[in-house]
Amino acid sequence: MKPPPFHYHGPVTLGEALDVLAEAGPGGKVLAGGQSLIPLLNMRLAAPSHIVDVNRVPGLDGIEAGPSGVRVGALARHAAVERSPEAAAAQPLLRQALRLVAHPVIRNRGTVVGSLVHADPSAEMPAVLALLGGSVRLASRTGEREVPAAEFFTGPMESALRPGELAVSAFFPALPARSGTAFHEVARRHGDYAVAGVAAAVALDEDFRIAAARVACVSVGPVPVVVDVTGECGPRPAASVDWEAVAHAVRDRIEPEGDIHATADYRRHLTGVLAVRALLDAACAARGEES
Amino acid sequence: MTTKLFGEPVRRREDARLITGQGRYLDDLGAGALAAAFVRSPHAHARIVDIDVSAALDVEGLVAIYTWEDLPGALAEPLPLLIPHPALTHGRTAYPLAREIVRHVGEPVVMVVARDRYLAEDACALIRVDYEILKPVVGVEEAVRGVHLVHEDVPGNVGAHLVQEVPGPAGQTAWEAIDAAPHRLEFRLDVERSASMPLEGKGVYARWDADDESLRVYSSTQTSTSVRMAIAAKLGLPLPKVEVIAPDVGGGFGVKIMHPWPEEVLVPWAARQLNHEVKWTEDRREHFVSSSHERGQVQHVRVGFDDDGRVLGLEVEILHDHGAYTPYGIIVPIITSTQLLGPYKVGAYRVEFSSVYTNTVQVTPYRGAGRPQGVFCMERTMDKIAAYLGKDRTEVRAANFIQPDEFPYDQGLTFQDGRPLIYDSGDYPEALRMLKELIGWDSFPEEKARAAAEGRRIGIGVGCYVEGTGVGPYEGGHVQITSDGRVHVSTGLTSQGQGHETVFAQIAATELGVPIEKVSVVTGDTRRFGYAVGTFASRAAVMSGNAIALACRKVREKALRIAAEALEADPRDLEITDGMVHVSGVPSASIPLATVAVLSNPLRYAFDEEARRATQFAGPASDDRPPVAEGEEPGLEGRDYYSPIRSTFAAGMHAAIVETDPDTAEIKILRYAVVHDCGRLINPMIVEGQIHGGVAQGVGGALYEKMVYDEHGQLLNASFMDFLMPYATEVPRVETAHLETPSPLNPLGIKGAGEAGVIPVSAVVASAIEDAEGIPIDRMPISPSDLHALRQAR
Repeated sequence: MKPPPFHYHGPVTLGEALDVLAEAGPGGKVLAGGQSLIPLLNMRLAAPSHIVDVNRVPGLDGIEAGPSGVRVGALARHAAVERSPEAAAAQPLLRQALRLVAHPVIRNRGTVVGSLVHADPSAEMPAVLALLGGSVRLASRTGEREVPAAEFFTGPMESALRPGELAVSAFFPALPARSGTAFHEVARRHGDYAVAGVAAAVALDEDFRIAAARVACVSVGPVPVVVDVTGECGPRPAASVDWEAVAHAVRDRIEPEGDIHATADYRRHLTGVLAVRALLDAACAARGEES
Repeated sequence: MTTKLFGEPVRRREDARLITGQGRYLDDLGAGALAAAFVRSPHAHARIVDIDVSAALDVEGLVAIYTWEDLPGALAEPLPLLIPHPALTHGRTAYPLAREIVRHVGEPVVMVVARDRYLAEDACALIRVDYEILKPVVGVEEAVRGVHLVHEDVPGNVGAHLVQEVPGPAGQTAWEAIDAAPHRLEFRLDVERSASMPLEGKGVYARWDADDESLRVYSSTQTSTSVRMAIAAKLGLPLPKVEVIAPDVGGGFGVKIMHPWPEEVLVPWAARQLNHEVKWTEDRREHFVSSSHERGQVQHVRVGFDDDGRVLGLEVEILHDHGAYTPYGIIVPIITSTQLLGPYKVGAYRVEFSSVYTNTVQVTPYRGAGRPQGVFCMERTMDKIAAYLGKDRTEVRAANFIQPDEFPYDQGLTFQDGRPLIYDSGDYPEALRMLKELIGWDSFPEEKARAAAEGRRIGIGVGCYVEGTGVGPYEGGHVQITSDGRVHVSTGLTSQGQGHETVFAQIAATELGVPIEKVSVVTGDTRRFGYAVGTFASRAAVMSGNAIALACRKVREKALRIAAEALEADPRDLEITDGMVHVSGVPSASIPLATVAVLSNPLRYAFDEEARRATQFAGPASDDRPPVAEGEEPGLEGRDYYSPIRSTFAAGMHAAIVETDPDTAEIKILRYAVVHDCGRLINPMIVEGQIHGGVAQGVGGALYEKMVYDEHGQLLNASFMDFLMPYATEVPRVETAHLETPSPLNPLGIKGAGEAGVIPVSAVVASAIEDAEGIPIDRMPISPSDLHALRQAR
């Protein structure tokens, strides 16, 4: 469990980092938090010829929260985003989800943007970005582009990031007034990747009826699966929604697979249960109540 | 006993060192050593056609590449079959490096030595081994069909077959007793594979001294003395030219009592060949696929019983998965077969096991060593009888208990040490009473009803076990008091974190009447103590503890004799307190043990003030006898051995309350209670720690851990990401109560405690889930997905 040989680069400016990445091409890999990359290297499951360590590049660790949402820089650690009151105020789902990401020591190093680029369909942050309709900003020597979540996740562990590009930030939009969010998951052990998990966002109308309801499901498809259940939920108050029908609708839309931890059947069942729990909590939050 | 350290919760003396990074584990040693790495088989069953190392030769820093063909003499022969048994008719062991055939993924094929581990792994990656794939055998049921063979010359893949029978009170066989019983049940049980998984993997570091033609080897082992003998034999070295030291070892749990591992003979051999230090540190992936596993069994049970739930006849057929080789013999299924009976009298008993080969990692003891499977079988049987009769589960157990006045109790079987299975002492009804009180057994139905009213499902479970501990043949202890008053204790068996430095010091301090601060303890170093067996089978406290006590008594007797002469007193009037020998009731008439140590060693040469007192002109000495009397030895030291007639039998009972989520099928242990009896307690805090750790591993076995092989013999979860061991967050707080029924078999009255915690946990958790769900739980571990499937199938 020692990595194969690679060239190490430690650029100190963004321009230098992009130059190195451009020259490295497909053999280049960015090191930020290293919580996924280093194990992959040590298991010799990945063998990039160039490691570009961006930790010395200034200006990439920003967390900018405003009325429109939260922009998270490439070097912002999970823990920093989790603890940011401004980020939590602008988009509460960030903190709700980050508390479920692994363990504190991993969150101290791992980065939100790194998790998005890693694009593990069992991870929480891709589901959050997908649910909120956020985007990832990709920079290269030739310029920048902003890729929406729906186009960013292209398959298991696959994203729209091209060789020579660095994901410099991600944007998590805020939700309109009278909205609420929640994240429910079941993991085999505390902090593990979820067997199944559901992020939910609910918006209420002026009469506190559900006006919009969406969920994003993890571990049940090649990418986070976003299901709009506004039709099943609204426009009704949460108490009079046929939640079994909502669970059914979510179960219909996902394509879980079985593995050594859970059967496909269990994942499908569980996702329905968790979707209802998350939507109910989100609806509570939208009413400004404790769930 | 002059100081009351025995029995006190003395804080672990080793912890300050171990938790502040001062421990010296295998990989902390030998910074200048060359590194070894291995090319291991990627196939479960294959013939090696060709090994091409040419591409690896260009790796900078490469030192050597070895295959089986390079191995000389005894090293080229199969590794030892450590514990032969007449029933093991087809015992097979591996070669240190594969010869022609590989029989499991992970079997070592090529050894590479390079300047560092990175380069060694780079070279490994460039070595091409061509294999002709053979049909793998995976799973015991496929193995016994015998269509494909793991070893060409082992028909039906059966390595061992053993039947043990105990007739009923009227001489009837188990079959007769079951057929004649008022009620009968028949069922099948499954226990999955798991493994020891110590925090520190295995490791070997060897230094060859070419001028002295001697070898020093450090190994992360549970038996340094036996590794030493194995190395001497395999390398053809005289025993006095080989030293083996177990440094700080980061857990063993059984996998490190297996020996010699291929690396334990190959690394020292390479060090001699290359005349350079060589080290190999196992990584986690290697540990998963090349160290031992345990647990995997399928059991078919038939039981006959009366209206009170008394078992009249019990028949168990066990299919035991031995993996690819049987280096540790059939100890695990023997323990399952014999310890299955627990605290019960079962009338007539028949147990039959077939130990079969599969193309998977070999199976050797892991903490509990076959007992968790046996206890799972017996306790599931008790619960099924209770369910059938509509009786309380504890009542059925109580109806079958051996009573306190029935000890010593002969179960009529042969135990793992080849000796009769005779329980020395115990009080099972009292243990059950204490457990029911601790968990609140009798009031649980109301608790369950309250939970149900809130839409919650909870259940309670119980499990009992008896554990044969402290197996022989022997251990020894050496105790020396030096002229500075310090007490140096050594014993040959090894430590892997149990707290031996503390408990052995407690024993020595108590026996000798010295402050514990004066006592130091060395274990597992053949330079200090050459005769030993090892640390396994919950035996260290019983074996070495008693040996050290006996050695201390010899030293004490000698000290009193010398002190009596100096004080002109009768030795029978002397006692030792706080390191001072004094006349009982006359504290002023005293002499320090340090001075006694000086006087015990008549000197010609003085090297300090103390030593002057023992030189030949220092004072009046009797001219008519030699300075060292006949039959005496210089120095204040003693050595003694403890060799028990039989094992001691510890016992315990656990209970748990679990909650299952009606929607998600998640399983949570709400409470876990343990009543434990290991005879006299040397240190209750350390015993509790042992129980906590054992329960944690038991929770792993009950809810999380399994080795998942696919049909090709590939281990699908060979990492900590997918092999789930419980975190602290998954382990409940353990509530404990101690019962002390001393063992009559040894001077200290103690029984072993190391494995106890793990043994009944699967049975207890299954019992509790069954109570919560009303679905029979016959296969462990159980995951939420499994529980969901059981609910769907209802």
